[in-house]
Amino acid sequence: MNRFTDGSWNPAIFDLPLSSWRERFLGVEEIQASPSGDAAAAIVRLGQEGFTVCVNGETWPEPYEKLWHLRYAPDGRLVALGSREGEWTVVVNGVAWENRFSFVWNPLFSDEGGRIAVAFQQDMAYGMAVDDVPWEESFPNLTHPLLSPDGASCAAVVQTEPLNEGDIFKYRQGIYTAAVGGRPWERRFMNAWSPAFRPDGGSLAAAVRLGPSDYTIAVDATPWEETFACVWDPLFHPQRRTVLAPVRRGGSWWLAEDGRILWDRPFVQLWQQRVSADGKRIAAVVAPSFGRWTVAVDGRPWKADAGEMVSDPCFSPDGGRLAARFKEAGRWTVAVDGRVWNQRRGMVFSPVFSPDGSRVCVRFKDKGRFGYLLDDRPWELAAEAAWDPVFSPDGDRLLLRSLEQGVFRRRVLPLADFGKV
Amino acid sequence: MTGSKTPPPAKTVDEGLERGIAGLTEERIRRIIRRVLAGETGARLKAYVDTCIHCGLCSEACHFFLSRDRDPAYSPVGKVKQTLWEILRRDGRVSPDFIKEARIIASTHCNLCKRCAMYCPFGIDVAYLMLVVRRICHLLGVTPLYIQDTAHSHAATLNQMWVKDDEWIDTLMWQEEEARGEIPDLRIPLEKEGADILYSVIGPEPKFQAQLIYQAAVILHVAGVDWTMPATPGWDNSDMAMFVGDNELMGRLKRAHFETAARLRVNRIVMGECGHAFRSVYDVGNRWLGWSMPPIPIVHAIDFYHELLEEGRIRVARRFEEPVTLHDPCNVVRGGGLHEKARAVIRRTCAQLIEMEPNREHNYCCCAGGGVINCGPPYKKHRVESNRVKAEQIAAAKLKGAKVVITPCHNCHSGIEDIIHHYELGVETRFLGDILYQVMEKP
Ligand code: SF4
Ligand code: SF4
Repeated sequence: MNRFTDGSWNPAIFDLPLSSWRERFLGVEEIQASPSGDAAAAIVRLGQEGFTVCVNGETWPEPYEKLWHLRYAPDGRLVALGSREGEWTVVVNGVAWENRFSFVWNPLFSDEGGRIAVAFQQDMAYGMAVDDVPWEESFPNLTHPLLSPDGASCAAVVQTEPLNEGDIFKYRQGIYTAAVGGRPWERRFMNAWSPAFRPDGGSLAAAVRLGPSDYTIAVDATPWEETFACVWDPLFHPQRRTVLAPVRRGGSWWLAEDGRILWDRPFVQLWQQRVSADGKRIAAVVAPSFGRWTVAVDGRPWKADAGEMVSDPCFSPDGGRLAARFKEAGRWTVAVDGRVWNQRRGMVFSPVFSPDGSRVCVRFKDKGRFGYLLDDRPWELAAEAAWDPVFSPDGDRLLLRSLEQGVFRRRVLPLADFGKV
Repeated sequence: MTGSKTPPPAKTVDEGLERGIAGLTEERIRRIIRRVLAGETGARLKAYVDTCIHCGLCSEACHFFLSRDRDPAYSPVGKVKQTLWEILRRDGRVSPDFIKEARIIASTHCNLCKRCAMYCPFGIDVAYLMLVVRRICHLLGVTPLYIQDTAHSHAATLNQMWVKDDEWIDTLMWQEEEARGEIPDLRIPLEKEGADILYSVIGPEPKFQAQLIYQAAVILHVAGVDWTMPATPGWDNSDMAMFVGDNELMGRLKRAHFETAARLRVNRIVMGECGHAFRSVYDVGNRWLGWSMPPIPIVHAIDFYHELLEEGRIRVARRFEEPVTLHDPCNVVRGGGLHEKARAVIRRTCAQLIEMEPNREHNYCCCAGGGVINCGPPYKKHRVESNRVKAEQIAAAKLKGAKVVITPCHNCHSGIEDIIHHYELGVETRFLGDILYQVMEKP
């Protein structure tokens, strides 16, 4: 691969012009930036031979009839889903897996990126494969594919028996459950959704429906004793090893832990619960009243709120701070520890904390152009594309990746230079 | 049941209802009714019940009543009288057979079209009252089989038509390839984070009407729209859960839809030509979740075509020549005020519009909406017979020259087709997108 950067955290700008790609190929799809900013890649169209991937100007050796879902894994490997002669597989840095399937989708990466999983369909039977090893057992259908954070286990919701359309009675007896590593839980449910692994991958929870209006959470196949009018996605508490889930009771939403109500007050809505890495604080998106949204921390909602949407709450790495995306009157912004930023844009992406949590940077898009906000200070880059900011391990510098006037640009800059270079 | 000249189609054998009531006890019925009335309905229901003076003015509004020789059992207030009032009068002490009949009335004798609310001097919303009955029946497990199966599909796959995760993606790729035969650089961009628009459809499109996705892709491509479609569940904006009374499932579907759009960081959701889905994302489902308005703006296809034509992003090469008439879908007209925009699109794309009478917010429902068509074949005959007035409207438009009925809603489209067939009207139905695709300038 053509190297155009020094790959370091030394402040510098490196440019990779991409305009020639448009001349070389019949079509260039969305540019993907590698996590380190050392590479830019895209699926490109060749003509009769089909498609390949162009990385820093060099193409993968073999073309494919079709390629899609090009993504960088967190470890920097470049992954796409490709087909030849009607069969699909996973292609990693240009090298195809040995296994071929009727279809593959939803590639998943472990947190560090060392493992890659994918959902597959082979002759109308469904399963998952991890690092080119398919599950031994397959199912009539599979949804909600999931890889554990460490990549050691993968899971999905599976349908365990065939069902004829219109057979509402068999459906009610329960033909859905979760499967871990291809082995379904013993117990079946009317429905199962949103499985979640314990961070160590040793346990799995899922939202389940026991009957038309009886919902609960099942952990390793065992439902909580309590049932609710509805539940949302479960989440393991990393330290307490308990399961947290929003539950609906009496027309309101509560946060429950292992089946018991945890917070002392309900909300009109409650979801996207998160636990800080140290396990000390729990946050969730809540609607304290109809049409008003905010974040609650340990059951206490922030005073600041938004009327349209609040989403993606995230703790700083040390758990000391909390940010979320806020939307009011069609404009997005960020709120940190209950203070809403003044800068508003057509779209803001996920807020990113510096390692010590003292700084927050976010990518934005407005009127088709991308830029960044650092602690509520804007940098109108007017880029055609941009990727999430990355803080250096010491938190002093920022890595920004953007596409400006057809040039892929990798910038490393001291925070003091934000907006200047 | 009282006051009915035409017996309800009790001979209809619907296993969903028969087996649903088989295990019901009166004690359980009363408990569920009390739970719904005490915990879910509140002041609105009480106000409606206390206000109604039984004047019957709402009758003139209802296509069932008008099409069934003014049978009072089919008047809006008659449907309430046979169901909810009786439940209240008997303080919930009703039999399983009563529940079955109430389910048939609430789910197949009312399209929740809200036309009657405009004729009631007090604005009483009979559609809401029928939804309360549907809710009670859902909690009792008494639901017509076909629509229950659809709701089951929603729960298992998050779409209405049992479309599996891979089949969805495969269909989009297939339509992209087909469309590339016409426009070589066309794409259906999947999972494009940060696109301006998420395009969403209802389950039947990938299942039976994939050409509609093709047409939409051509329109979006030619207009130069920055758009995407998800390669995950959450793509289906439809909602039969809302119509069976399964509010919790409705919430799950709408959450998945909006969170998919939020995950892809789009600014707007543009949806295909569907009315009930519009009601679900724009009014009912979003509000059940606590959003007073859709958290990400929802633009119905009518509105979107209007925008593209007004902004000159789509130009008309040659207008559609055959005279057309327009069926105003209740959910986007009474529910969304899009009637003038629909006409503006037609004026730009068609040579001649012949109005049906009455029209705009006074238009008669297609009789398919509100989940009635989704209750399936057992109720089809009753459904088309209950909309003679719509057939008369179309026949009158045809007499004035109309050859095509534009129906910018999936349910209306199917319902109107059934009516055209049953009454042998000899006209065609088209979506607005069919017309736009046909007449637009393409590269
Ligand atoms: S079908 Fe329409 S007019 Fe008739 S009762 Fe129902 S909501 Fe009212
Ligand atoms: S018009 Fe209104 S008040 Fe009169 S019977 Fe109908 S619902 Fe009751």
